[in-house]
Amino acid sequence: MRTLTELSPASAKARADQQGRNKGDGPLARETSDIARQGAPGTTRAHESAVKHVTGRAAYIDDLQAPADALHVALGLSPVAHGRLTRLDLEKVKSAPGVVDVITIVDVPGHTDIGPVFPGDPIFADDEISYVGQCLFAVAAESHQAARRAVTLASVEIDERPASLDPVAAAEREEFVRPTHVQQSGDWQAALSGAAHVIESEQFVGGQEHFYLEGQACLVQPTEDEGVIVHTSNQHPSETQKLVAEVLDIPFHAVTVEMRRMGGGFGGKETQASPWACIAAIIARRTGRTTRVRLPRAEDMRATGKRHPFHNRYQLGFDAQGVLQGGDITVIGDCGYSPDLSEAIVDRAMFHADNAYSLGSARVTGHRAKTHTASNTAFRGFGGPQGMMIIEAAMDDIARRLGQDPLTIRKRNLYRAGRDVTHYGQPVEQLGLLHDLIAQLEQSSDYWARREAVVAHNARNPIIKKGLALTPVKFGISFTAKHLNQAGALLHVYTDGSVMINHGGTEMGQGLHTKVCQVVARELGLDLEQVRISATRTDKVPNTSPTAASSGADLNGQAARDACLTLKARLFDFAAEHFGADRGGLDREGMRLEAGALIAGSGEAERRIPWGELVQAAYLSRISLSEKGFYSTPLIHYDRETAKGRPFYYYAFGAAVAEVSVDTLSGEYLVDRVDILHDVGDSLNPAIDIGQVEGGFIQGMGWLTSEELKWNDAGRLVSDGPATYKIPAFGDLPPVFNVELMQGHPNSQASIYRSKAVGEPPFMLGMAVWSALRDALSSLVDYREAPRLDTPATPERVLMAAEALRQRTLASQEAHHAPA
Amino acid sequence: MVTLTINGRQHELDVPEQMPLLWALRDVVRLTGTKFGCGIAQCGACTVHLDGEAVRACVTPVSQAQDREITTIEGIADDAVGSRVQRAWLELGVAQCGYCQSGQIMGAAALLKQTASPSDEQIVEAMDGNLCRCGTYSRIRQAIHRAAEHGEESA
Repeated sequence: MRTLTELSPASAKARADQQGRNKGDGPLARETSDIARQGAPGTTRAHESAVKHVTGRAAYIDDLQAPADALHVALGLSPVAHGRLTRLDLEKVKSAPGVVDVITIVDVPGHTDIGPVFPGDPIFADDEISYVGQCLFAVAAESHQAARRAVTLASVEIDERPASLDPVAAAEREEFVRPTHVQQSGDWQAALSGAAHVIESEQFVGGQEHFYLEGQACLVQPTEDEGVIVHTSNQHPSETQKLVAEVLDIPFHAVTVEMRRMGGGFGGKETQASPWACIAAIIARRTGRTTRVRLPRAEDMRATGKRHPFHNRYQLGFDAQGVLQGGDITVIGDCGYSPDLSEAIVDRAMFHADNAYSLGSARVTGHRAKTHTASNTAFRGFGGPQGMMIIEAAMDDIARRLGQDPLTIRKRNLYRAGRDVTHYGQPVEQLGLLHDLIAQLEQSSDYWARREAVVAHNARNPIIKKGLALTPVKFGISFTAKHLNQAGALLHVYTDGSVMINHGGTEMGQGLHTKVCQVVARELGLDLEQVRISATRTDKVPNTSPTAASSGADLNGQAARDACLTLKARLFDFAAEHFGADRGGLDREGMRLEAGALIAGSGEAERRIPWGELVQAAYLSRISLSEKGFYSTPLIHYDRETAKGRPFYYYAFGAAVAEVSVDTLSGEYLVDRVDILHDVGDSLNPAIDIGQVEGGFIQGMGWLTSEELKWNDAGRLVSDGPATYKIPAFGDLPPVFNVELMQGHPNSQASIYRSKAVGEPPFMLGMAVWSALRDALSSLVDYREAPRLDTPATPERVLMAAEALRQRTLASQEAHHAPA
Repeated sequence: MVTLTINGRQHELDVPEQMPLLWALRDVVRLTGTKFGCGIAQCGACTVHLDGEAVRACVTPVSQAQDREITTIEGIADDAVGSRVQRAWLELGVAQCGYCQSGQIMGAAALLKQTASPSDEQIVEAMDGNLCRCGTYSRIRQAIHRAAEHGEESA
């Protein structure tokens, strides 16, 4: 699969490499490695920044050279979770050494609310304090250190009030950031009362810190008129442009946002990157100086929102075979203090409460609880993972109730003909793919033989218990906010034949730019080296959507293709008349761009015009060599009134098998082996897609196992750095980790070359690890019961679950032996 | 004044002796390939070599780096092991967002200098402090083995 060109030591190229290295400026640095030569969509092809990544030359925000007089910003953050700001004395801050400017809410020229979709996010706290880490003021100084020292001199008085930190209690009091939404299909009450079995349960699903290795950062330069140029590590440049303009009270066209690459985003730079850009922009305009913000890790973790923790409840009825008949599901998302994106995030949890299974007649209710923490936000999966956890818990629970293997129950409940419409009314397409995928993985992972081995192991070993689980993923692709499903691209061909493509998507490591370059190279019949991509800029492609919802390549790839198709048509029209005019012109029918040439006709009549010649001729004949492209996703709609529609263009599928070993006396465990089969339709780039699947799985596993957010009773985040918050490290990589892409199932919808989105869906493959842990614990009671296992399933939680099972077993034995 | 030898070149820096090496590299010498991740030696993004050994530059005062050979990602291509690591990284397409990868490559190069052909367990032990949020660990592991193979070929 990974067939990147290797340098032959004998080649002239290798000699040139060696020479380059001797001069200290090797070809790696000049980015002319052979790896850039391969190309078309569907082929493995290195990340467009690969060489820069391995030489340290890929520039992130804090690496950008700024003028010598650039200012550094530090933030004054609230130390309490809830209260009224009664006094903010910043005199000592202003007179501290090196301080140039200090701003609070009264210094904001325009809008003071920077809520991205709904209002509720003040740029600085005005009166009400809503969480620990809320921004009170900002200091700009000659150095980072001077700014940070000055911040500590502030005199802040807050009339502290009790903080609301329990989302369930908040929901009972109906303290919501957005209204409750309900989806319903059929008579769920009748389904429950008529079902042979009913199970009720609840679960807590923890949040997650993004922990992008590059923290929030921006660099803002004032421009010659009233505007600014904002360099930012950011998934949503257009929104930052809007908010900066509104905060400065200037037109959008006075603000240009540029974004080359992020050192990780994962959703944490969709709305959470804007506040710092707004603050820096105000200071840059007030001082006329370039202004830099770079949040220290602990402040970054306290000030910005995270994945929503969820409290889920279900009551589900099923028949003797374990097939769901229907029921009632409630999800409560802990949204933090403001709406941010929580409306859509809790919606997505509701849309995924079925995962890959037909719920039957069901009601799904989603609450958006308001608490005094940072406003929780987008994170890979966008609520979908938290929603899926409900039904995966239910599958295990049903299996134990009926004494069946959980995989058997999962397979019986998969969407199938006759049970193929979701609780929100969307038919599930590609059912054959879903069933084939699971059958293939079941076989390739040797599930049933390993099941026998696991059971045999557990019978022999009283302490170390093994667990095994296969969990599927069905993830809906499209923004559920319909208007966001659009994208633009700008294509330039220069007179030397080199091509520049720009689009509205942002690169955060997912390989989006590489894929878009592959699309352009394919459409224009060029070598990938001839296509270059530049930083995302709001003055090149305007009014863009965030790079989110896994949709980056789907939307921007199509927009880039659209630009190519229009330009191609123009060039073909031109070529048909211009070339071979003496013989009546070229045959316009069947004209194509291939292997660096325009080809017309076939057989003996075939004519080839080299790309360079075509471009030159077109230019001299005053034919435009520039084109814009646009795309909007067809078919999608969702009516919130009826809670019905087709919110997703298509679904992406996958499945994972995980095997774990649990020390049931300590709760510690190891993930021994993972097998994954994942659907990306016809892959645009298998190497990049497999990388996304591997990384998504690891991140999802971290979410469900080791990544524990902890707040103290006063609402202060105490897991505020890598010493106290554990993301997966090398030691967490399963020793056996088999990852394959599903073959032979192109997207049933007309996505870009029938590929599928890959950013988020693999994240939820991590659920297999959690389910395998429950499986191992179940063995303690002969698989009669699936213990409740909230997440993250830390060793402590696993130990407590094991203890609870043992206690209950003891109690029942004692009851059994007690004298009558 | 502090004298540092970075990638074979001497630099006279007018900085306090306790300044973290990371800041001297990034802000003073302007070698920005080495990254800030956490500032408390818990993520590995700032990994550089002192006399060929991996250290965390964010907690290494410049005074401790004097009289030693400092190698950063910008200089690692001049090292035979380092350039093999870079090559393996490219062949396997390791990097996603890339931010931690300077540190990963420096960590991997230091490991391979000590242990020419490390086992999976040795890789975990040496690299466990280098975090990658994109989750590229599987490819890093493969790439370290690949770089070791390249070393054997050229031996």
